[in-house]
Amino acid sequence: MKIFKLNVLFSGLILLTAIGNSHAEDVSKEQIKGLDEQVQDIKKDVLSISADLTQLEEKLLYPSNTQVSVFVSFDANTKLPLNAIKIKIDGKDTTSHIYTFKELEALQSGGVQRLYTGNIRSGDHTLDVIAMTKPTSDSANTQNASLKFSKSVEPKLIEIKLSGSGSGNQHIGFKD
Amino acid sequence: MMHRYVFLIGLCFSSLSFAADKDKDLYLGEAYFYAFQGEYVDAITRLDTELGQFYRLDDPNLDPLHFQINHANFSVGDFELSYRMHQRAGRAIKAVLEGNVAPSIRNEAAYRLARIFVQKDDPQSALRTIEKISGKIPDKILDDEQFLRAQIYMLNGKFEDAINILQNLQNSKDYRGFATYNLGIALIQNGQELKGFAQLDKTGLLNADDEGTLAIKDKANMLLGNRLIAAGKPELAKQYLDRVRLNGPFSNKALLGSGWTDVATGKFDRALVPWTLLIKRNPTDKAVQEGLLGVPFAYSKLGLYGKAALLYGNALEIFGKELIKLDASIKSIREGKFLKALVSDELKQDKNWVVKLRELPDTPETYYLLELMASNDFQESLQNYFDLDDLRKRLDEWEGFLDAYVDIIQIRAQYYDAVLPGIDKQFRENDSRMKLRLEQRQALDDRLKRMLVSPRPDFLQTADESIMLDKLHLLELKYKSDNSPTGIDSRRRTKRLQGVLQWQIATTYNKRLTEAYKHLHLLDGDVEKLHNIYRSFVRTRQAATQSYKGYDNQIAQLRIRVREAKEKVGILMARQGHMLNVMAENELDQRRKRLEEFQVQARFALSESYDRASKKQLDQSESK
Repeated sequence: MKIFKLNVLFSGLILLTAIGNSHAEDVSKEQIKGLDEQVQDIKKDVLSISADLTQLEEKLLYPSNTQVSVFVSFDANTKLPLNAIKIKIDGKDTTSHIYTFKELEALQSGGVQRLYTGNIRSGDHTLDVIAMTKPTSDSANTQNASLKFSKSVEPKLIEIKLSGSGSGNQHIGFKD
Repeated sequence: MMHRYVFLIGLCFSSLSFAADKDKDLYLGEAYFYAFQGEYVDAITRLDTELGQFYRLDDPNLDPLHFQINHANFSVGDFELSYRMHQRAGRAIKAVLEGNVAPSIRNEAAYRLARIFVQKDDPQSALRTIEKISGKIPDKILDDEQFLRAQIYMLNGKFEDAINILQNLQNSKDYRGFATYNLGIALIQNGQELKGFAQLDKTGLLNADDEGTLAIKDKANMLLGNRLIAAGKPELAKQYLDRVRLNGPFSNKALLGSGWTDVATGKFDRALVPWTLLIKRNPTDKAVQEGLLGVPFAYSKLGLYGKAALLYGNALEIFGKELIKLDASIKSIREGKFLKALVSDELKQDKNWVVKLRELPDTPETYYLLELMASNDFQESLQNYFDLDDLRKRLDEWEGFLDAYVDIIQIRAQYYDAVLPGIDKQFRENDSRMKLRLEQRQALDDRLKRMLVSPRPDFLQTADESIMLDKLHLLELKYKSDNSPTGIDSRRRTKRLQGVLQWQIATTYNKRLTEAYKHLHLLDGDVEKLHNIYRSFVRTRQAATQSYKGYDNQIAQLRIRVREAKEKVGILMARQGHMLNVMAENELDQRRKRLEEFQVQARFALSESYDRASKKQLDQSESK
């Protein structure tokens, strides 16, 4: 019985002190490291393909003379409970987006969302934005804003800047 | 684990500094949008594309990214590090470190590079890098740098230096608990055991409500308890083990250890308190399984052999069930179900996916793998497997994209090949007309300029005046030889009228010249409009060609690269999956052997308890 007690006591001690080290002899560190390096190499290759594909996509689908991109960002310290956003260009529904929690957090942390990339003719245009925040009572809070902009031969970038807290004091600004 | 903690803080700080930038580059912001969501492939792709375009610009200073180029370079390294691309991240940051940059920027790069070396288990390189830091260190990484420096010193055996730094970090808000714990470890490793224990004790008594600090607090108490048990002082160890939270990750091990400290001091009844609590927990846990043997052992020591025999029987029953579960788990792994469960989408939505894994139906293998899954090697391998699975899906999707692009190009080619020859013909005709008109305009311009120097009023006479002068000239010829009174009068009148007209033309020359310039200027406005239309047409015409020509090689090469990458990803996924399966199987096999040993011990102890219970009963009946 003494032997049993010592066995158990020792195994208990080993359990307490060596956590996660018991697999080293099964799959060696070198094997793990070697495979990890190969995974890093393939990641590098795939990222390079991804970048080339992004450039090809942009060149093929959105040539610079007609390209327009609309971005969404939050002003510093904005905690807007944004539910969804919808945009129209020249009165036509262009795109809409419903936000996930992760996306909202990313916007609040300073990230900028590319909401839309498309093609328009050179000349004057109008962008309408409808932002919907979480409802405070029975009806949803919506905020509208409009921007007149001109498209030239260069790609057009428009930033929709949202600010406020969502309790009726939200504001939509633009950076053209 | 600690490395990861430090890294997360690093990313958090760089993100905060990004958020504070008012005039941020939109594409850099977009990369952060993805990075904040853990979508590192998208984040790196966006930033790589943007950086590539930036460096190809003739004048990069005009690009908004110019103001944040160092930040962008750091960020791409950061994202790559988060994506577990240590080699590439190291190179990116090293490039900044060796560049001609301000000391604060260089120091931040050195800090990040040193952090990468620590992650890569290369403490010597980490030491060389961190010692390059001199001068101004950005405030945002001040504590991080100090904590990392202390870690590196400890890894290189420079405990005295580490102790000095960690003592100064005791009031750091971000490293509360961690600095004290590491100070304790450094002191112990430096041979100052008592002082080290005092620091660990201090860590173990921290008042905190955040999970990180509570975990380090538990860890300190566990370490103290273990060290004292190993030093043969179980009576002192108990107080530390009892401090460990009952709902934390170390609680089962603490309950088990606490019971053993009682057993070691002969207090078997007191050992039953933590152990009875322990054996009600999940029987797949190692400590719980050991507790199932410990409880009857304590009862037998208290002379309650009957109770002990019953509990040994109960333990045997549980071990039997667990062995069946283990066999099913090993079978399940061999059938590939483990890997399938790991990459299921529903798990990835949940931050606590490891815990959630246990609740999935048809995944018995995962019951026994929580501890394995918490180990660093397994986590790294598993993350690689996840990443490879993600890459596989992306590559599949991209193949579809390439097919769609080829379709788009073919449709455009069919359309433009039919339309463009006609348009080009019309364009050539209009181009010729335009050139002619522009030459005419130039001739007028040249003539007007000459007329400024050598006035030619005749060039500015009106059509009516020209007709009138022609008529007068004809009359002059007609009456040239007529010496009749009528002829003489006609010549006189003709001369007078010619004089009047020439007078008018000559005296209004400047006014006429100005008018002519004004008309030419008006014409220039129209010419400019014509040029704009011409340029717009040329651009559109070029865009039309560019929209379907010149893509064949690019797409063919991309297709080959995607296919090759897919093959490599497939091979690596198989190898990584096999490695995970081997790790899991080995773990289960070890647990199986351990349970079998416990079974043997329980059977012996059961029969011994029965014997003793019977003997006790016999003795009691004999004494009656």
